[in-house]
Order: sequence, then structure tokens, then C-alpha cells
Amino acid sequence: MSNIPENLKYSKDHEWVSVEGDVATIGITDYAQSSLGDVVYVDFPRAGDRFAIHEAFGSVESVKAVSEIFTPVGGEVVEVNEGLNDAPESVNNDPYGAGWMVKVKMDNPGEADAMMTSAEYEDYLSSNG
Amino acid sequence: MSTELKKTPLNGVHRELGGKMVDFGGWDMPVQYKAGVIEEHMATRTRAGLFDVSHMGEIWVEGPDAIAFVNRLTTNDVTKLADGQAHYSCFTNADGGVVDDLLVYRFGPEKLLLVVNAATTEKDWAWIRSHHSEHDDLALRNASADYCQIAIQGPKAREILQKLTETDLDSIKYYWFTEGKVDGVEAIISRTGYTGEDGFEVYAAPDKAVQLWNAMIHAGADEGILPCGLAARNTLRLEAAMSLYGHELGDDIAPLEAGLGWITKLGKDSEFIGKEKLAAMKEAGLKRKLAGFEMTEPGIARDGYDVYINGEKAGTVTSGSPAPFLKKNIGLAFLPAAFANPGQEIKIDIRGKHVAAKVVPTPFYKREK
Repeated sequence: MSNIPENLKYSKDHEWVSVEGDVATIGITDYAQSSLGDVVYVDFPRAGDRFAIHEAFGSVESVKAVSEIFTPVGGEVVEVNEGLNDAPESVNNDPYGAGWMVKVKMDNPGEADAMMTSAEYEDYLSSNG
Repeated sequence: MSTELKKTPLNGVHRELGGKMVDFGGWDMPVQYKAGVIEEHMATRTRAGLFDVSHMGEIWVEGPDAIAFVNRLTTNDVTKLADGQAHYSCFTNADGGVVDDLLVYRFGPEKLLLVVNAATTEKDWAWIRSHHSEHDDLALRNASADYCQIAIQGPKAREILQKLTETDLDSIKYYWFTEGKVDGVEAIISRTGYTGEDGFEVYAAPDKAVQLWNAMIHAGADEGILPCGLAARNTLRLEAAMSLYGHELGDDIAPLEAGLGWITKLGKDSEFIGKEKLAAMKEAGLKRKLAGFEMTEPGIARDGYDVYINGEKAGTVTSGSPAPFLKKNIGLAFLPAAFANPGQEIKIDIRGKHVAAKVVPTPFYKREK
């Protein structure tokens, strides 16, 4: 079973966000990291880059495959997790903690509110996973 | 597609071990187990890995004309094999393209075993039968369902397997085989593999597969053996620059282009299908060659990505991946022969971004002997 923390919001593309004020921290879910397998490289945007909701802002590469990551909220990237350059395996080992990817200052915080709750994401996984 | 996937006799074992199952050429196979591809790969390079390769096809050719027949269908020289010896070879078509790559085992002067790829077994079987004329005094038998095949690979493979057999494994040289017992089970024990490591491939009756698998896992526990899935099998063979059918080899790719000149015996006494085309190709000089490359900028080349040289599209990546042991991002690609030499700078089109790489000698990885 996938680990799905209750305090986060989830997207259909298997990203999670954690909201503080108007800043959303974004990563990929336990389900997503497990599907990808061993992550070896994360390709980030740069701080200051702007993305619309659902736009691809980077990619996660595992040994087997590459997967684009789509921002579930629109806005400006304010920070990226440089730690993943040296320890990309954090995405596998701690997807909701050290494996976070970017922080986005949201143009419209309502976009995060509209995302799935943990219970909704669990249902989504069981019907689509 | 509602076609039922084929299962090896170890399917239940893979599921119990937490294998992530995928459709591989119509077979339900584990792509990795719980440890993950990197750990499985490293276990095989440094200790031992266990692979279910029961999906491979086995075809017997028996009779007075067996050697002459296989010599006519394959590129390597079957007359050079001794009893108990095996070699790597290709079936080629009339254009010199590769129908499949295979191992040929000589059990006796009138008895050969052909081991072919899983996804191409039916195609090969049809190909072989279509060239079997009434003048050939031999019998053909597709015995793929009669065997399981388990590969034990890595520097500790011999030591582990030796615990289970009275056959002196040291006496079996690389690319030789013998018939013996493993854990009391009648088996063909072959010193071959697809990982770039020392190791063995064990063929036995399918109803003994679970017993053999568990015996090898148990015997290798102290040495740290790990079950390995298809993902590790792929990264291991890629580091060793071994070809994968459908990637580096195909109906429209000549073995010479794929770096398999060493098994393309144009000088052998026998004619073989495609020989004239291959000889002409060699005479004229190859237009394209398979080259190994490593990324010199961050980025991972994947199968099918385009290769650019001096701003022009020059080829396509046939296999590309991170290399877990070498800790580099590597790949193979067909390039115009003039640009296929080590040191050549190339660019890989990674989702629209041209990322630098350079041609390097292959194999990328070679074990210390």
C-alpha cells in the first residue's frame, strides 16, 4: 500500500503539495516514486521561472524511465531542492520529506484547495492505480 | 489486447518475492523485486544475482545433417564447435539482416540445441522450419516448454552453485557446458550469461524450477545473492555492451553493423543465408556502425532519442540508460561509420534539448579476470 499523508493535497499526475501561506511545496507521491523505481536524476526549473497550472516544469529520471513533472499549481518558482542533485534517491526514500522538489509562490492559492484530499487520492489510486 | 500473458514456472515465486510484473514480449515477467534495479545490478557485479530466463526458447536440431543445416542458417562456424561447447551466433535473412541472435550448443556430432530470444521464438521456429528441406536428414523440435532456465551470475556465482552440484564447475570453461545434477535435479549447466560477469545458465525440467530457484537463493544467502529482474538484466548487458534484439539487432540491421563481425564467418566453408550481401557490404565498407557513448553533460539518453553531429541528425539511440555500476549515463547508437570512433563528440536530443556526449570504446564495463 502506498503511503498517503493526510495533511497534503494530491494531483492526478501523482504530485503532492503542502501549502504554507501562498507558497506550495511540491513533490511526487510514494505511488509515483514506486512506479518509477530508483531515481537517479531530477531536472528542475530555476528559481524565478514561471509556470501555468499543469505545465511541465521538470522531469524525474529513474534507471528505467523518465517522467515529466507537472505543476499542479501555477506561479513562480521560489526555491528548488538542490539537495536532490547529490541525493536523488531521497525521492524514493523520503518522497514527502527530503524528496521535495520545488516551492512555488502561487498566483491563485485556490488551485491547491481544489486538489484531491488524501482520502480522494487513495480512491483515485484504487480505481486508476 | 486481451491476450493472456505467458507465465514461466517461477511466476508465483516472483510474485511472492514482491516482483513488479510487466508484459515483456507477451510474457508476465518481473522487471524488478523489492531491492530495486540499482541494488540488483550491484549485487550481480559484486556478489551474485539470480535471473529467471525460462522465457527463452529452446530448439533441438538432431540428425546427420544437423551441423550442416545450422551452419547454413547462422553466421558463426558450427563446424568449429566441439562436443560440450557453445557459441554466440545470428540467424540472418537474404539481405544480411538479423532474424535473431542465439546460442548454439553442440551436444554431439548429430545433436545441437539452439537457444533463442523469448519474443522471437515463434518467428525463429517458423524461419528454421521454412528452410528445412526434405533433403536435410534431421529432426527439429521446439522444446521451449520443456525447460526452465535460471541464470546465476556474478563473482560469487561459481562458489554458490558449486554447493549444489558434484560437477566440478571449475572444469567448465567460458562458453562450455555439461550435463549434471543441481540439487539432485538433471540439468544442463552452461558457463554463459548476459551480464558481463562470470556465471552459469542452468536448464532443467520446468517442474523443477521452483526447487532449483529456492536452492540457489538459499545456497547464496551468505554471499548476498539477490533475485534480479529484467531492468537489472538490461542495465547489466548494456554496461557489457551486449546487443538486445529489437534494439541493436533487427531484420534490417546487419551483424557487421552491430559490431558482430567476430561471429560473422564470411570465410567458413559453408554458404549461409545472407552471406553474399554481407560480403558485399564488407567489401564496400560499412555505412553505419554501432557506437557506444557516454553523456558528458547532465542528462540521460533513452531508446529512440535522436543523435546529432555538427547540427545534423546522424543516428538514433538503440539503448540508453544510467549505468549503475559505472555511475555514468551511457548508450549505444548507430552512427555514420566516419563518426563512430572513440572521442567523437555528439549531441543527444533529450526532449528537445541537445545534450553533449562522446563516443567511447566498448564494452563500457569489463570484469577483471
